[in-house]
Amino acid sequence: MTKRPLSPEAAAIVRMSRAALSRRRLLQAAGIGGVAAAAAACGAGGGGDDPTSAAPSPTGPADQSDTEKVVLWSNWVEYLDIDEETGAYPTLERFEEQSGISVSYNEDINDNNEFYAKVRAQLEQGQSIDRDIVVLTDWMAGLWIGNGFAQKLDKSLIPNSANLIPRLQEVSFDKPRDYTLPWQGGFAGLGYNVPGIQDALGVDSLTSLDQLFDPALRGRITVLSEMRDTMGCIMAWQGNDPSNFTDDQFQQAIAALAEQIDNGQIRQVAGNDYLAALETGDVIAVIGWSGDVLGLGEDFGFSLPESGGTLWTDNMLIPSTATHKKNAEELMNYYYDPVVAAEVAAYINYLCPVTGAKEAMEAIDPELASSQWIFPTDAELNAAFVFMDLTLEQDENYQREFQRAVGL
Amino acid sequence: MPAIVPTTTAKTDAPAASSGSSQRRSRTAYLLLLPGLGWLGVFFVIPIATLFFTSLQAPVEGRSGVYQAAFQISNYAQALGDYWPQFVRSFIYAGLATVLALVIAYPLAYFIAFKAGRWRALMLVLVVAPFFASFLLRTYAWRTILADEGAITTALNALHLLPEDRILNTSIAVVLGLTYNFLPFMILPLYASLEKIDPRLIEASGDLYARPFTGFRKVVFPLSLPGVVAGTLLTFIPAAGDFINARLLGAPGDSMVGTAIQVNFLQFRDYPIASALSFILMAFILVVVFTYIRRAGTEDLV
Repeated sequence: MTKRPLSPEAAAIVRMSRAALSRRRLLQAAGIGGVAAAAAACGAGGGGDDPTSAAPSPTGPADQSDTEKVVLWSNWVEYLDIDEETGAYPTLERFEEQSGISVSYNEDINDNNEFYAKVRAQLEQGQSIDRDIVVLTDWMAGLWIGNGFAQKLDKSLIPNSANLIPRLQEVSFDKPRDYTLPWQGGFAGLGYNVPGIQDALGVDSLTSLDQLFDPALRGRITVLSEMRDTMGCIMAWQGNDPSNFTDDQFQQAIAALAEQIDNGQIRQVAGNDYLAALETGDVIAVIGWSGDVLGLGEDFGFSLPESGGTLWTDNMLIPSTATHKKNAEELMNYYYDPVVAAEVAAYINYLCPVTGAKEAMEAIDPELASSQWIFPTDAELNAAFVFMDLTLEQDENYQREFQRAVGL
Repeated sequence: MPAIVPTTTAKTDAPAASSGSSQRRSRTAYLLLLPGLGWLGVFFVIPIATLFFTSLQAPVEGRSGVYQAAFQISNYAQALGDYWPQFVRSFIYAGLATVLALVIAYPLAYFIAFKAGRWRALMLVLVVAPFFASFLLRTYAWRTILADEGAITTALNALHLLPEDRILNTSIAVVLGLTYNFLPFMILPLYASLEKIDPRLIEASGDLYARPFTGFRKVVFPLSLPGVVAGTLLTFIPAAGDFINARLLGAPGDSMVGTAIQVNFLQFRDYPIASALSFILMAFILVVVFTYIRRAGTEDLV
C-alpha cells in the first residue's frame, strides 16, 4: 500500500526531510552508500551466473496483470505530487480508484549507476527485480535496452503516448520510443548567485561559458560530475554539436576542461553537493540542473548558455523480468493524460513531457504555465542538446577520459 | 575455521583416556572461538575470496559491466599503472593526518590520564561523542567550518597565510578532515597505555635527578609506545582508504585510492579493476604495518 496515513509528528518529519533534501542532493549521500551496494551486487554476481549467456529476451515473462491487479513502481526521490499533510499521492490514489489496480510506489532510485549495480545480477539471470516500472535517465535507459533488460511497450494500450511532446519523440537511445516514455526532463546549464556575479562580473545573469571561465570567478565555480552534462555544455560552447560529435571534438572539450581545472578556475567537480556550496556562497556559478537551482530562491538564477545546454529526461521503462506489464502500461497511459501531467508538474518543477499539460496548468497555476523550464517552447527546447547516443565502448572511454581530466 | 574444527573433533574422538580438566578447558576455548570464526568466515573470508576472484575477471566482449571468470593478472598492473598517483597521495595524506593526530592526541591523552582527575570520565565521553553523529555529517560540517567566508579562512587570509586564498577544496582541507575524523582512534589507545603507567615511576625519575622532560623522554614515552603504535595504525589504515574527505573537502586533484575504487565500481562498472585496487591497497598497508611494527619493536603489542 502506498498511502498509509502518517501521524502528525511523522508527517512533520517527512516534510522537514523533504524540504532539506532535494532529489539531487540525496544522490550525493546515495553515491557514497552505493559503493557498498555495488560491492554487494558484484559479490552476488560473482558466484553461479554465466555472464556469457545470451541476454534475456525482450518479450519478458508471462503477464499476470489480469489476475494480479498490482503494479510495482520505482521512482526517484521526490518525483511525484504529494499531499504534504497526509503523505498521500493524490494523482496515484485517483489512478488506483479508477483502475482498480493497486500501486506499490517506491522512491528508491537515487543514482543511475547505483541502481543498476543493485539489480544487474538479477536481470542477468532473468530473475524478478520486483519492479514493473523503473525510471532511468536517457543513457541508462539505453544501456538497459541494449542489454535486453527492457520490454517493448504496447502503444495500443497507451493511446495517450501520442501526447508526448515532439522534441522528445525522436531520441537516439530508443529510436522510435519502443521501450520508454519520458517521466520528466530537465536542463543542464548555468546556475549562479545573482549578487555574487554582480560583484564579480557586473552582470545580472550569465549567458555564456566565457563568463563562467572569467578569471574573476577563479576558484569560485563548480561543474557537474555527470559527464554528459558538463561535456555537453563545453562542446556546445566550442561550437560543436553535443548530439553529434567526433572523437576529436570530445578531446578538444576534455582539453578545455582540463585547462580550467589545472589553472584553478574550477574548484570542484561536484555531484549534488554543488547546491549546498552555491547556497553558502563558496561557489558563485556552476554548471548545474534547472530544477535544482530554480528551487533555491530569489538570489539565484538559472539560464541556458547562448551556445546551448543539455536536455535530459528520466524515462519510464518496463524491466525484462516484470510480470505486470499491462498494468504498468495502464499507469503510463494515465500519467500521459494532460490534466494528470499538469498536476504532477505543478508539484515538481521539472520539464513536463506531455502536450496539453500547459493548457491544463493554466487552471492550476497560470504562473507555472508560463515557466520556460516546465513548459519550454520549441525554440527553447531546440536550444538544448540531447547528448549523443554512445556505444558501450565509447561510453566507457569517454567516462574514463572525463574522470582522468577531473583528477582520476 | 576448517583448520580448527578437525582439531576439536579429533580431541573429542580421542579415547576419554585423560579427560582431565585441562583438556576440557581447551575444548571450551575452541567452542568459544566458534562464533567469532563463523563471523569471520561469512563476512570476511568469503567476501575477500569473492573480491579476489573478481579482481582476476576479464570483460565479456561488447557488454558493459559484465565480466567472466579468468586469470587476468594484468588487471593489477593496469590498476597500479593508472592509479599510482592516487596511491602516493593516499599515503602522504594519511601519513600527514597520522602525524598531526599524534601531535594533537598525545598531550590530550596525557592530560586525561594524569591531570584530569574527576573530569576524566567526562573528557573521555567527549572524545567519543563525535561518533554519535554520522561520519558523513561530521565531514559536511567541516565544509561550513572551512567555508570561504567563514571565520577561520577570513582570519588566515587577513594574515596572508593561505597559498590559494581558501582552505575548502584544497589538500589542506583533506588532511584536516582526515585528522579530525580519525583523531579518537589515536586518543583512545594512547590514553589506555598512558593510564596504565604507574605515577610512582615518574616520581622515581625525579628522585633520580631527571628533569621533567628527561623523565618524559626516558620513562613515560617508552612506556606509552604500545599506545603510539596502536594509535598510529588505527589512524593510518582507515585514513589511507578513505574517500569521503577527498570528495567533500578536496579539489579535483586531491583524489585518493578510495575515490578510484569508488569510481571504478560505480561509474565505470569496472569491478575487476576496483577489486584489484582494493587488494593492492591492502597489500601496501600490510607492508607498511609490518615494517612499522618491526621498526617500532613492540612485540608485546600483539
